[in-house]
Parts: sequence; C-alpha cells; structure tokens
Amino acid sequence: MRVFEERPRPSALSFEDLALPLFDQLYNFARWLTQDKAEAEDLVQETYVKALRGFSSFQPGTNFRAWMYRILRNSFLSSRTGLKTTVLLDEEENEGLPVETATPESLLIERANREMVQRALEGLAVPFREILLLCEVEEMSYQEIGETLAIPVGTVMSRLFRARQALRVALRERIEGERRGV
Amino acid sequence: MACDEWRVKLDLYLDGELTPNEAMTVGAHLRECPGCAAAVLERVQIKRSVQIAGKRYAPDATLRMRITKTVTARSRGRIATRWRFALIPALVLLVAAFLLSAYEGRERAARQRIYSELADLHVATLASSTPVDVVSTDRHTVKPWFQGKIPFTFNLPELSGTDFSLVGGRVAYLEQSPGAHLIYQIRKHEISVFIFPEREAEVRGLSSGPARAASFNAQTWTQDGLRYFVIGDAASADILGLSKLLQDAG
Repeated sequence: MRVFEERPRPSALSFEDLALPLFDQLYNFARWLTQDKAEAEDLVQETYVKALRGFSSFQPGTNFRAWMYRILRNSFLSSRTGLKTTVLLDEEENEGLPVETATPESLLIERANREMVQRALEGLAVPFREILLLCEVEEMSYQEIGETLAIPVGTVMSRLFRARQALRVALRERIEGERRGV
Repeated sequence: MACDEWRVKLDLYLDGELTPNEAMTVGAHLRECPGCAAAVLERVQIKRSVQIAGKRYAPDATLRMRITKTVTARSRGRIATRWRFALIPALVLLVAAFLLSAYEGRERAARQRIYSELADLHVATLASSTPVDVVSTDRHTVKPWFQGKIPFTFNLPELSGTDFSLVGGRVAYLEQSPGAHLIYQIRKHEISVFIFPEREAEVRGLSSGPARAASFNAQTWTQDGLRYFVIGDAASADILGLSKLLQDAG
C-alpha cells in the first residue's frame, strides 16, 4: 500500500492559519459587545462559520483581522441583543474634532481601579465601547478601525474622541459617587 | 500655535497616527508646555487603564475545541455554500464519530476527511431540490452525459433482475478534482456512488473495504485507475451488493 501523502492546500491552510490565532481576541470582543457568555460563544461560532463560508471572497492582501471583526460586529448588530442597541450618534461626518472642554483629570483617573474602568466601559453606548476596545485593546490603527466599522478615518477620529470623553465622564461619576458613598 | 490646537493632536500623537515629523513637533512642544504635558499624562492613563480593563474575558476550552473543529473540518469541504451552515452540527457529529473508528494514524485522518466530505456531498445532494443534473434510469443515457465533463470514463452495471435502480448523476468535486456522482435507489434508500481518478493525492493509497461513517455504510476500492466510493444509509449488504455490480461492470 502506498503511503498517503498529505498535499498542502494553501487556501484551506491559510484560513486556519489566519483565523485561529484571532480566536481569543474575538471572544473577548464578542463578550464585551454582548455582555453575555452564551451569546458571545454563539457569536464567535457564527463569525467563524460565516468567515469560512465567505473566505473565497476575501481579497488576499487586504486586512484579514479587520475583515473578521467586521463579520463579528455585523453578526452582532443583526442579533437580538444587537438590534436592541440603538446606534444613534448624531456625529460626525466632516465635523472635525470637537473642542476639548474638560480639564486634565490625572488625579481623578489615577484613583480609578480596574473594576471601575470595566464598569464604566460596560455602561458606555456600544459604538463608544467598541471603538475604545478596537483602539486600545486590539491596538488597531485608525485605518483598520475604519475598515472594521465601515466608517471613514475622519469619523474614527471624532468618534474616538467622543468615546474617550464619555469614558472620562463615566469615570468621574463613578469616582465621585464612591467618594460620596464613603 | 495655541494649546487648544495642540490638544487636538495629542490623541493622534499617542495613537501613533502622526507622521514622524509631526510627532517630533508635538514632542518638542510637550517638553516646553506643562499644560499639554499634563493632558498627555491623563490620556496615557486612560489609554492604559482601558487596555488593562479591556482584556477581561477568556474563552473556555470547549468553545476553542468547537471552533477548531469547525475550521479544520469545514475548510476542507467544498459543498454548495448554502448547505455549509446547516450542516455544521452534522459535520461535528461525523467528525466525532470518525474519531472513534478503529483506523490508525495518517490513514485514519485521510479516511476521516474524505468520508466526511463524501457524506456531506451525499446529504447535501439528497437535500437539494435538484439532486441530479442528468435524470435517467438508463445507464446508456447517464454515462455519455459525463463525457467532456470529467477527465475519465467508466462503465455502469446492468440492473435488470436486481432491486437497484439508477436515479441519475451529477458532477461532484473532491478537493477541486471533478468526478462522477451517481445516485441509486434500493427500497427507498438512496445510495451515492462516487468515482474519482485514483491518481489524485486525496484518494491515493486508501485501503479498500467496508467502512462506517456516522450512520452511513460505505465501501471503497480501486479499479482501472479509478477510485470508487459507495455510501448510503442502506444496509451494508446492499452497499456491498451494489459495489459488486459496479466491480463486475468496470
């Protein structure tokens, strides 16, 4: 009997090679979006199935990570929880960057512990939460974020700015609330 | 430049979105301006705290296994895309069942993959509203239909005096290689017969004989440079019977 030789299949192998290393990050992101373990698991599963199905249409040389995140996010937005999250941002095109009004709050932020930041992130609107995660946790460039969220880079900048402002406000409220509570 | 204008650039500076020249200019300003330096400090703190707080959830091992199985199993399938989603649970079961089979080592892996693909093709074809492209019970119609569609020819058995009937045929692909897919019927059971050139690395060197793939019975053998697979939910005796007829005809 001849020994069976496995022939390398570039397209099949490369999907595995590209997609499996993203698993942990995608799950973290899914969990932040859904705020629910079972839903996040379904979302990740759905993302991989859709990505696998659509892999032939993926253009080599374009950003695979942004492509995967976009599939995950679109799946989330069409899910039951996703449909409930209203994406109402009266931004933002050609608006330029808003002028910063808050003063530096270094001392304030220093008091914020990890759990407090997590709570504040949870409380943010989904568009703010997701853009902060993509920028800070996934360390995506503005270009990549734009591809993931299907928005222009200018919108990435202004939404990110507003998201950070919203986070500052949320943290300040929490810290002051804690202080009053004590 | 007033500090307000600098402030606008601080986020871009920290996010690494400025050109090297712009970044140098901002850096120089920060060394001279305590106000902007404090603003940068605050931004770094927020960035860092989100970075730490954001890495919060880890998937558990069962999900990891499920996804790995989905990816490794499904990326090898080439069935019509609309069936892929629906067949995922079935495929996971098939793969799990194959894992229990008695075959060892690489051959087992090879068999597993091929049989799961063939089982997929079988199920997907039967579930289709147009399972066959040439509908005929006449082998003299079905066989010529394949001419020019696949790079080889084959003989089909005379079925008069048997319980088998020919339903029709279509072109099937196993890892991009075209082959013949014939559907037979016996006592309301559909049986798929696949014929591929044996030279294809995918099917080369498979040991011949009976097999079970989940709930399906299967047979495989080579003959005149062609690899035959017979697979279906009929009794193994029927699978064997059809295999014998095909072997005699070939």
